[in-house]
Amino acid sequence: MKKVLFVAVALICGSQASALTIETVTSPSGIQAWLVEDHKNPIIALDYSFAGGGASDPAGKEGLVSMVAGLLDEGAGDMDAQAFQGRLEDLAIGLTFSADADNFTGRLKTLTDNRDEAFRLLHLALLKPRFDADAVARVRGQMLVGVQQSEQDPQSVAGRAFAAAIFPNHPYGRSSSEASIKAISDADLKGWPGAHLSRDRLVVSVVGDITPAQLSALLDQTFADLPAKSDQAAIAEAEVPTKDSLKIIRRQIPQSVVNFGEPGIKRDDPDWYNAYVMNYILGGGSFSSRLMTEVRVKRGLAYGAYTGLEPYEHGGIVAGEVATRNDKVAESLKVIKEELRKMGSTEVSAAELASAKTYLNGSFPLQMDSTTAIAALLTVVQRSHLGIDYFDRRPTLINKVSAADVKRVGAKLLDPDKLTVVIVGDPKGMTE
Amino acid sequence: MRPRFLFLALATLALCPALASAQLFNPESFTLKNGMQVVVIPNHRVPVISHMVWYRVGSADEQAGHTGLAHMVEHMMFKGTKTVGPEEFSRIVAANGGQDNAFTNEDYTAFFQNVAADKLELVMKLEADRMANLALKDEAFQNERQVVIEERRMRTENQPEALLQEQMRAALFLDGGYHHPVIGWHQDIDAYKVQDVIDFHQRWYAPNNAILVVSGDITAAKLKPLAEKYYGVIPARPTPARARPLDPTPVAQRTVEIRDEDVHQPSWTRYYLAPSYHVGDKQDGDPLQILAEIIGGGPISRLYQSLVVDQKLAASVSAEYDPDSLGQTIFAVATTPQPGIEMRTLSAAMTAQLKDIAEHGVTDAELARAKNKLRAETVYARDSYHTGAMVFGQVLTTGGRIEDVEAWPQKIAAVTKDQVNEAAKRLLRDEKSVTGLLLPAKPGEATVVSDPDAEGAQGLIGGNVR
Repeated sequence: MKKVLFVAVALICGSQASALTIETVTSPSGIQAWLVEDHKNPIIALDYSFAGGGASDPAGKEGLVSMVAGLLDEGAGDMDAQAFQGRLEDLAIGLTFSADADNFTGRLKTLTDNRDEAFRLLHLALLKPRFDADAVARVRGQMLVGVQQSEQDPQSVAGRAFAAAIFPNHPYGRSSSEASIKAISDADLKGWPGAHLSRDRLVVSVVGDITPAQLSALLDQTFADLPAKSDQAAIAEAEVPTKDSLKIIRRQIPQSVVNFGEPGIKRDDPDWYNAYVMNYILGGGSFSSRLMTEVRVKRGLAYGAYTGLEPYEHGGIVAGEVATRNDKVAESLKVIKEELRKMGSTEVSAAELASAKTYLNGSFPLQMDSTTAIAALLTVVQRSHLGIDYFDRRPTLINKVSAADVKRVGAKLLDPDKLTVVIVGDPKGMTE
Repeated sequence: MRPRFLFLALATLALCPALASAQLFNPESFTLKNGMQVVVIPNHRVPVISHMVWYRVGSADEQAGHTGLAHMVEHMMFKGTKTVGPEEFSRIVAANGGQDNAFTNEDYTAFFQNVAADKLELVMKLEADRMANLALKDEAFQNERQVVIEERRMRTENQPEALLQEQMRAALFLDGGYHHPVIGWHQDIDAYKVQDVIDFHQRWYAPNNAILVVSGDITAAKLKPLAEKYYGVIPARPTPARARPLDPTPVAQRTVEIRDEDVHQPSWTRYYLAPSYHVGDKQDGDPLQILAEIIGGGPISRLYQSLVVDQKLAASVSAEYDPDSLGQTIFAVATTPQPGIEMRTLSAAMTAQLKDIAEHGVTDAELARAKNKLRAETVYARDSYHTGAMVFGQVLTTGGRIEDVEAWPQKIAAVTKDQVNEAAKRLLRDEKSVTGLLLPAKPGEATVVSDPDAEGAQGLIGGNVR
């Protein structure tokens, strides 16, 4: 269930001031939202999130939250799945739900003309989902197919095995399986929304063709009927292994997929920005990162080599990946480990640091491609408690990182001799 | 962001079929004296710009034995010019807060940078430089060849679905440039030389064969002097004609299958040899987009309702078609069985549905719903500053014009039920199709088996490609 997403995490972190003006809208019943008014196109995007996700799935029922997410738009109120989906299609309303380990997230996209009906359908989906038997069977079947498909994708196989290895004995390490999906009962599904989707866990972001007054009324119509609070079991802090390990899943494929990682930090750690800049220089996704230079450009070992910070609510990791031909796995890992070591033992150059800062500041607004993308970004900022002035503060937070900070956090986080490594493929000369 | 090369491959024939042509971007356009076309799509919400150069060359323009060379050239465009060192291009863009990448398709090769508005001139200078002054060394080429081979392993050779799609394409297009994969056959990637890359670049990367597309916080008035300064000074030179002849008339229904122990989830896919806006039954380009929407466009579509909801045989269905192609193209239909459903059962139900559509056509209600959905998509498409740039790049490199994009909503609105039904009849013919089956195999089981889709298949190109 926990999916290792390097790229997404990199996107999440921080912003630079732009032409956008964010205001806070509070409804009569006290529901708060961040709003960016933009009347250029007749479109409204709503993005909202409830704290609590797949990590709360009971052991043996992994996939429960995802299944709920898959079923909320499969019939609600007096509409069965076909009626509900037909209404969405006819009005060109985009209504989706998804869950990750820590959050349950929903998105609504509508043309201004259909605004009130779109919010009404969302209200129905959240408050009166039907969980009809045939819809449950259909979505369960689709999830079972998804499990089988991920079994034939080496990157998915590696991702799930890596999660299990880096988060042993913790919900973050568990993935849904045929057995867990089949174990989810009607009662589990029907009980989930009321027990989890409460106002105290909600953040809301809206961008587009809507005024504060209009939004205020719709916030109450949509969310005020949710329970004020929910009493959810606490999730334990994750204990990430601090000694090296190697797991090989043998597959007769021409290229091995390698995932590696070790303990990292959470988003509220005082070292966050130091680690963020450090990771960008090391392997944060650009063509000019040290790993890309050493692994791809200089040696032609792989199409890419990446690292990322993965800050979860109950534990953080530093994780990386590379995919290379079976007889080059050992060499690739050796090159990567050497770069991890260098990051903590030698200061980065002034030019490297300056480039990293310019990139991390300058590229931030590039993700604001559409109303939906901006709304999603606002939700992440709210969820991480970064504050409505975050977009203004972010450049300073990045600019104050020094070469000494980068080296210190490199030494603290990157120990090449304490990596958890998972390989899917047929790596030559390597055994567990 | 995943490096270099977004494969707009098979199953994802376009960004999104409905958006491949979208409405009313209101672009500004002009042409430089050397013949380079320029398209500007203003969007001032955020002070950022997407700067793209599209070349009218793709994998379908390659010669036998040199498949994948267009994509290889795309990679080598990052390996330096007379004045900019290898890999410096991306480093400079990143150090200026920008992101860059490139991608190759059958009909085009495109390069882009997303940057703050005040960095536009910098990236124009860099991009124009590598159009005119690429300077390649063999050592960088040898390394990059290995990178591309690893890319092929990652995207194709490690993935049974991708291998199947590659085999299906080769079976569908009997001849010509669409027969081989964009990334190239492995043996060809192994074989070409740095001089092949240099020659290919010299042959195709001329300003008169390129289109500059800039979207975001910019106007044509501001862009024009910069375009003249950087691109306008590159001399025009003749480039080869791009041949996309009609494929030989197909006479045999074909089935391709992969049985592999790494396959856990079976799937059924069918490609039909389809017309584009420019080759074949061109008039069917718009009706077939509506047909794809009606039969496979979401949970209310014909195939989803019948196979997933009513008969409970399938977990998913899809239909994809994009007429923005220089030559003939693919109309793809796919499905995966629900757990416990035999492939032959699903296959029979699917072919029965396709037969029903070919024989009895679609309903007025289905037509109205599909048109309505496609119309709404155009409003959403306009909202993104990237989408317009992608649409114009794709259309203009595949034989279309700006007016075609702008008129698309009206053209879709005007399509009649009879036109959809006649297009469906012409398209959904067994002899025009290749059916691909992805099936699990137990270790030691025969790799080639008899055709379970026993619908009178006349040809069988079976086999295990691993």
